[in-house]
Amino acid sequence: MHELPVTESILNIALKHANSNNVERIVSISLRIGELSDLVNEWVQRYFDYLSKDTIAEGAKLDIERSPVVFRCDRCEKSFQVDLKKIKEVICPNCGGKKNTLISGREYYIKNIAVI
Amino acid sequence: MEEIRLIEIKEEILSDNKDLADGLRERLSKNGIFMMNLMSSPGGGKTSLILQTIRAMKDDFRIGVIEGDIDSMVDAETVVKEGVSAVQLRTGGFCHLDVPMVTSALDAMDLESLDFVIIENIGNLVCPAEFDTGAHLNAMILSVPEGDDKPLKYPLMFTVCDVLLVNKIDYLKYGEDFDLKVVKERALNLNPEIKIIKISCKTGEGVDEWINWLGDRIVS
Repeated sequence: MHELPVTESILNIALKHANSNNVERIVSISLRIGELSDLVNEWVQRYFDYLSKDTIAEGAKLDIERSPVVFRCDRCEKSFQVDLKKIKEVICPNCGGKKNTLISGREYYIKNIAVI
Repeated sequence: MEEIRLIEIKEEILSDNKDLADGLRERLSKNGIFMMNLMSSPGGGKTSLILQTIRAMKDDFRIGVIEGDIDSMVDAETVVKEGVSAVQLRTGGFCHLDVPMVTSALDAMDLESLDFVIIENIGNLVCPAEFDTGAHLNAMILSVPEGDDKPLKYPLMFTVCDVLLVNKIDYLKYGEDFDLKVVKERALNLNPEIKIIKISCKTGEGVDEWINWLGDRIVS
């Protein structure tokens, strides 16, 4: 639902780095977004196409990698991945612990840009 | 063919807002102001909870309210009747509040005369969870008629909140779509630190517990 401001941020960060690196054109942007985020990839691309018109990022493809939801057990300190569909029972597969801390799945990260 | 090269960026997409949020939190703390960000679905009871909170706390704290709304003034008008200052932010379609919006509301308030600012965020369990507002405390309401499956549908919201208020518990007797035990399990599953308080803004049940808990946070 809030793809527009997020997309604007992505574009601004990409342009900032492109400008300081003497770039002619941005070809693609690699993103890492946590699975807990409700962003819809298709909409991010659509907004991006709209916002990037007449900039050096026009036509760039967004490559979105979804990072999994990972918890760490408070008892045995082992980390484990949780399928979003099974988020109602977050139980440590190692020791059966039920008190677990979310350590990944919320990220919003630009990894790199491919440029010419 | 021209050669394509990679520029490593490794930057948080929302880092601008996050940095601004940390800065705002610090600024408020220096001025002795505590800010709470209240989130829930539309109709969850945000305004009712704010009214209850104001009534119970206005003798101890000087309270200001920031009302986020897509396009109306209703909530600010209701709150002002309680004798506190309020600023209505109309987002014109935006689904959440971020730091620049909150800052513009704070600029319109007389901060020297406030100790406690309450933000009523846009009614929505999705987007407000992603944007730090600069508040010291994130509170959310889940009301009984919404059903006990909400932690499964909107897990992110439950992971970013310090306190979950289960509101409209006077409705528990009407339905079987809400099992309090299940909600607690599901919420604690996502966030073992979350404080859970049962409340009914209508009957007043649980309000004292909420006010005591909140009061301790504001003072410390």
